[in-house]
Amino acid sequence: MTPFTFARAGDTAEALRQGERAGTKYLGGGTNLVDLMREQIEAPTALVDVTGLSSGIEETGGGGLLIGAATRNTAVAEHRLIRTRYPLLARAILAGASGQIRNMATVAGNMLQRTRCAYFYDEAARCNKRAPGVGCDAIDGFNRMHAILGASPACVATHPSDMCVALAAIGATVHLQGAGGARTLPFTDLHRLPEGRPDIETLLEPGELITGVELPALPFAVRSTYRKVRDRSSYAFALVSVAAAVDLAEDGTVREARLALGGVAHKPWRAFRAEAALIGAQPSENAFRAAAEAALEGAAPLADNAFKIELAKRTITAVLAELTGVSA
Amino acid sequence: MSDNKLADAKAAVQGAVQGVMMKAIAVAPDSWIPGGVPDPLIVHQHGHVGRSLSRIDGPLKVRGAAPFAAEFPMDGMVYAAVLFSTIARGRIATIDAQAAEAAEGVALVMTYKNAPRMKPMPGFGSNAKAAGGASLPVMQDPEIHWNGQPIAVVLAETQEQADHATSLIDVTYEVAPSVTSFAEAKGVGVEPGLFMGSPLKIEIGDAEAALAAAPHRIDAVYETPYHTHNPIELHAATVAWQGDTLRIHDASQAVAHMAWSMGHMFGIGEDQVHVTSPFVGGGFGSKTLWQHQVLAAAAAKLVGRPVRIMLSREGVYRVVGGRSLTEQRVAIGAGADGVFAAIVHTGISATTRSNAFPEPFILPTMSVYGAGSFKLEVDIAYVDMLANTFMRAPGEAVGTFALECAIDELAHQIGMDPIEIRHRNEPDKDPVKGLPHSQLDIAKAYAQGAEAFGWNKRKAVPGSRREGEWLIGMGVATGTYPYHRMPGGAARMTLTRDGHATIEIAAHEMGMGTATAHTQVTADRLGLGLDQVTFRYGDSLMPGVVLAGGSQQTASIGASIIAAHALLVTELLQLAGNDSPLAGLKPDEVGGRDGGLCKLDEPERFESYASILSRAQRNEISVLGEAAKPLELQHWSMHSHGAMFCEVKVSTVTGETRVSRFLGSFDCGRILNPKTAMSQFRGGIIMGLGLALTEETLLDTRSGRIMNPSLSDYHVPVHMDVPEIDVIWTDIPDPHTPMGARGIGEIGITGVGAAVANAVFNATGKRIRSLPITLDKLL
Repeated sequence: MTPFTFARAGDTAEALRQGERAGTKYLGGGTNLVDLMREQIEAPTALVDVTGLSSGIEETGGGGLLIGAATRNTAVAEHRLIRTRYPLLARAILAGASGQIRNMATVAGNMLQRTRCAYFYDEAARCNKRAPGVGCDAIDGFNRMHAILGASPACVATHPSDMCVALAAIGATVHLQGAGGARTLPFTDLHRLPEGRPDIETLLEPGELITGVELPALPFAVRSTYRKVRDRSSYAFALVSVAAAVDLAEDGTVREARLALGGVAHKPWRAFRAEAALIGAQPSENAFRAAAEAALEGAAPLADNAFKIELAKRTITAVLAELTGVSA
Repeated sequence: MSDNKLADAKAAVQGAVQGVMMKAIAVAPDSWIPGGVPDPLIVHQHGHVGRSLSRIDGPLKVRGAAPFAAEFPMDGMVYAAVLFSTIARGRIATIDAQAAEAAEGVALVMTYKNAPRMKPMPGFGSNAKAAGGASLPVMQDPEIHWNGQPIAVVLAETQEQADHATSLIDVTYEVAPSVTSFAEAKGVGVEPGLFMGSPLKIEIGDAEAALAAAPHRIDAVYETPYHTHNPIELHAATVAWQGDTLRIHDASQAVAHMAWSMGHMFGIGEDQVHVTSPFVGGGFGSKTLWQHQVLAAAAAKLVGRPVRIMLSREGVYRVVGGRSLTEQRVAIGAGADGVFAAIVHTGISATTRSNAFPEPFILPTMSVYGAGSFKLEVDIAYVDMLANTFMRAPGEAVGTFALECAIDELAHQIGMDPIEIRHRNEPDKDPVKGLPHSQLDIAKAYAQGAEAFGWNKRKAVPGSRREGEWLIGMGVATGTYPYHRMPGGAARMTLTRDGHATIEIAAHEMGMGTATAHTQVTADRLGLGLDQVTFRYGDSLMPGVVLAGGSQQTASIGASIIAAHALLVTELLQLAGNDSPLAGLKPDEVGGRDGGLCKLDEPERFESYASILSRAQRNEISVLGEAAKPLELQHWSMHSHGAMFCEVKVSTVTGETRVSRFLGSFDCGRILNPKTAMSQFRGGIIMGLGLALTEETLLDTRSGRIMNPSLSDYHVPVHMDVPEIDVIWTDIPDPHTPMGARGIGEIGITGVGAAVANAVFNATGKRIRSLPITLDKLL
């Protein structure tokens, strides 16, 4: 770990002032950033602890919620209104880490965690995310965990978060504060695809701070879930995960659906095409399989991860069937 | 000497040793050696042995008061951090440590340029006390032998300063060609493998011909991957030079070997190296001599201060060897009656030129079944990688996977119950050595296990049981591990006038309950209460060369205590003299009871230890017993067995496998302490579940670099992967071992991989022959 200075921000304005200096990183729970510092992958010269800022969960008008950026993952997953209105979010967080880590990790920190690609973590390997332009050792290396959607020749890493998959499905909005003032971004736009610059992972401006995430009213999310498929029962990142919510009309057809995938792309992957394919469909295994096919359209496997395509399709189908009571 | 010549020389030495042992057979009596009768403790059924005693070090451990190797403070101590190579073969062209040396808190940077001169590490087998995982020089030259080799050590006032300074060292390499893929290594050529000096090759009859002629045949290839050791306690040592003496607080399963080996490398006597290791947080074959202890001692010598080294988890993956991969062909030919006409078990394992240690996967096949013919062979292919080593049940853990899956396949083909086919091939004597079994009741273990597990509920047709999206199946497999007892056991037994006995032996407590079990054994032998016995261990200054490996430590300690006890009783009878109720009795006519000696068949003839010592005006007597040579192994085929039952659920959606039930039914001789034994068995089974379903070291075949050096990316089972595990045992003593016991440290992992794979087949109809059984293989 490279030596660094540490300061605790008393308010957002102070955090932004400190965050402007080059080499500064905001520190949430530290469950990922500190690991990366230990591994010499991140070497900030200054840390600004922002865990003292905005950690409440408030109701917005019309049934939505505003979650402060520094809210601990545990607090979100345990919150009564989250559990009743957005069960997919509570389940995603609970699938995401051990209790100890959830107690430390913050919502914004979870969003900004970095890929667990082994080549990103190993300084002996080439990684365009660590050192832009040097090449990628994952593309022809161990890539079982890697992306099947939206990857580029520069980077095939995946975003590791579970929580973010649920936020993508919910259609959350991110609240930001920077030198230029406050702004919001659709959550699904926060993270970038790698293209030629996998080192740039989000649309955050330098020094910009996430202050909160807003969940829109989504009444039908009471019928929602999150299913994570991984190599062991706990303490493993998703091979594929599915967050979904389904709204059925009185005639039993799908009025609206939300579907997002984890473990498949450089960002939490909202499956807009599949959602569109579901609208008006009579719930059935065939209809869900067709939606799953749409979700995986254009998927491009690497040497070790072709199975993810079929796995994702099956998991989507099973999750939608479960939510709508269709027997598989 | 070239590496090959070294291996040849090693083989010659070991061959000679075995020759001597063979000659000794003729003169040895046909039973457990001193006395020529079974250990009397076997028939002693109402003492401490066999009772569930909680481990005596438990309170210390739960209070955090049991000191481990990295917890011994020393005045002026500095902390070590290690920098690892990033290439597999070649040499260091330049290494610039100036920035590191100038960094805050740094006391020393050691590289090959300034490291003290040392002899190469003595690899296992090169000497009876050699403890090295490989036979390479340690930081003596710029040569790189594997990706991850230590190339610099930084000492600093804090661990953080040392860690940081390693990142400031600039290294450039001259890269040399390397062979880092198994496929490429096989292409270069394979050689016959040696294990403990003997070729891993056996041919009895013409197995290929018998196979070809058999009405039923299975012929398949099974693969197991590299595995890394992951004991919870990281490999660590706290080291100081005290004058000419090297003091090492180590995490060790071989303190005497360690003292000799370090002395050898530094050119001092083994008595000038003092190694202690009171507690070890798991060994499994890994807590031996690797580079970190050597580097700490060398750096301590240079800096003139004590050094603490604790490898990071990544460091363990880079420096401490694990289990090598295997590619095994198992072919079995049988008649319609299921009787084996031929067993072929051959294949290849990867190893390095610096240790030449093939994973000896044919070991189980050499003893478990009878067959009309055998062809068994392990070849080796050389990979430029970290030297592989012993890992819980080397050979048996992965060998039983291939063998026991093949038997399941054959049973399915014939349409016979998998337990029945095993019964039909139970050997009446050792199939390779021809020796009688010392004790073999696997049939009973199967019967008890099948009853307890509900084996009769298994459906013979795969894929015929389903609950929701989950297919459910049951599988069974035989586990096996041999009884070993290595030469060199010795113990000091000291009895004081207050009737307290102390045992001292250079043995080890790695969490198995060694001290607890041998306190029970000693108390029974002497007729003392548990609080009247102190078992001291884990110190190279104590008697004995006792490896806590090969599941042999219990036997080695047991035989050492028997020897010491015999001397003690002889001396006590002499001291008792003619005025004692014991007058005129011979040592084998007396035993311990109620704090004294009595005539075995006339217990009222008794005198207490206190009385004997008082009359003789002695405060204590102390004897040093040397264990008899392990000749029982030349007379008997000595093997433990387990009937391993597994139930799995496999998701038809995702291919995920969940082990829902597991039962191990063991035939392992007498169980000394059911409570600690239960932990040993369960721990082995859990490790076997990892082997079956999740564990795999990812060695990048381009670079030779391990790419998952962390508990996050190398998947050992988590709690949720482990169901309730039932363990039962026959508890039938082996009349030819100390206490009637056979070691149980390793058998738990054997057979588990196959039991899981066979259950997966029963659930799904899919036969997975490559471990780990990850979900993609079942989609």
